[in-house]
Amino acid sequence: MAQTDADITIIGGGIVGLSVALGLLLAGRRVHVLDGADSDARASQGNFGLVWGQGKGWNFAPYASWTADALAAWPEFARKLSDLSGIDVALDQSGGYEFFTDMDEMDEFADMLAQQQRHLGTRFSHELLTGDELRSQMPGIGRDVVGASFSQRDGHVNPLRVLRALRRAVAAAGGRVSMGAQVDRIAPAHGGGFDLALKDGRSMGAERVVLCAGLGAASLAADLGFITQIRPQRGELLITEKLADRLPFLSSTIRQVDEGGVQIGGTKADAGMDDSETLDVMAGLARHAVTVFPALANVRVVRAWGALRVMSPDGYPVYARSSRHPGACLVTCHSGVTLASLHASVLADWIDETAAAPDLEAFDENRFALSSVA
Amino acid sequence: MKIASRFQASPESGAVQFQYDGETLTAPAGIPLAAALLAHSGGFSRQTAGGHDRTAFCMMGVCFDCLVEVDGIPNTQACMTPVRGGMVVRRQIGLRRLKGGSDV
Repeated sequence: MAQTDADITIIGGGIVGLSVALGLLLAGRRVHVLDGADSDARASQGNFGLVWGQGKGWNFAPYASWTADALAAWPEFARKLSDLSGIDVALDQSGGYEFFTDMDEMDEFADMLAQQQRHLGTRFSHELLTGDELRSQMPGIGRDVVGASFSQRDGHVNPLRVLRALRRAVAAAGGRVSMGAQVDRIAPAHGGGFDLALKDGRSMGAERVVLCAGLGAASLAADLGFITQIRPQRGELLITEKLADRLPFLSSTIRQVDEGGVQIGGTKADAGMDDSETLDVMAGLARHAVTVFPALANVRVVRAWGALRVMSPDGYPVYARSSRHPGACLVTCHSGVTLASLHASVLADWIDETAAAPDLEAFDENRFALSSVA
Repeated sequence: MKIASRFQASPESGAVQFQYDGETLTAPAGIPLAAALLAHSGGFSRQTAGGHDRTAFCMMGVCFDCLVEVDGIPNTQACMTPVRGGMVVRRQIGLRRLKGGSDV
């Protein structure tokens, strides 16, 4: 068996895999990251860049709590990234809005936020504003906006810079990243560890593996005895020409990148692995942005794209250890940007099973076994 | 398709005048605005967000280095805009403002 000098091999070099790698490196492990092909579905290159809590885990307290921890850990994480990589990821956590044009939808979301508030107590805060209150505080909000929720803990980053910063930080911390290393199969090796077969015919050994391959994890998860079914969910996004002015708000669907462009997104579609953008959805996004902030009407859209979210069956993250193959973990989630601050810190304790490990029992994949029986 | 059919005869409708940052320029009507600006001078016709001078480069709608403000509309590609009499053109200085125009 070919051996590497790494303690842990991470399969997947996107934001999730690199965050996990960074956390393990900072905990003193030797880490090798295997990154796939350029043509792979790369959520890390198409996402929106929110560092967001509003609404998350309203119906699942552990996720509400984990997300709140992640928001609190971001400032230190951003500093660490900057120290290691020299890259400022433009973290801005000055609060975010969720705008509504339909009162029933707003009432429904308000109920969710009330539940989230009960889960989190003082670790969360939110307010609800009517359309008129919004317009008096923020000139320029459209008249069809009936209201908004606001959470002062929400924010955003420049997600492409996060990816680049993570790459550099992992290298600076002594990690090794192999590009174009698509893992085709994983098998337990005689005498412990794993044998990895790469698509290009190479093979390599790994003492322990953490599977962070996003949508690429499907067949590899099964190789390791995991039962989690990961599915793609398409989101479409627009970005405008850069503006000299700053928008007066950040919302979950409209955010101004630190460089000036306005990114508009938030759609959800079940389209298999097809990540192309569609004219009607793009038009709907543009309409939404103009409804919320009519001054955007004469601003040009310069690019549009689709990207695939990585969704577990219930949409919550999965942190699971293989019961059949000790030494193998599965880490998969939709909110790889928001949760990066924890993936790059305390998750290393969970992977290493130290005394400081966070309790992630609620995120085990056994919840899917139970639901399929029920 | 005949190759020749893809080319149009140079417009013969005569010279027109337009404004360029307050200066009156003369150019044949219908030629690309970028061509008219280059014929006028090799100087910059826009500045990037970082303050660097640029002017038309690719002349085929790809490089976006020919952006100018035309009749109040910022970030207009001069190479894709035919010259019309009376148009008001300004250099695009830095990023556009939300309400149109640029910072200066």
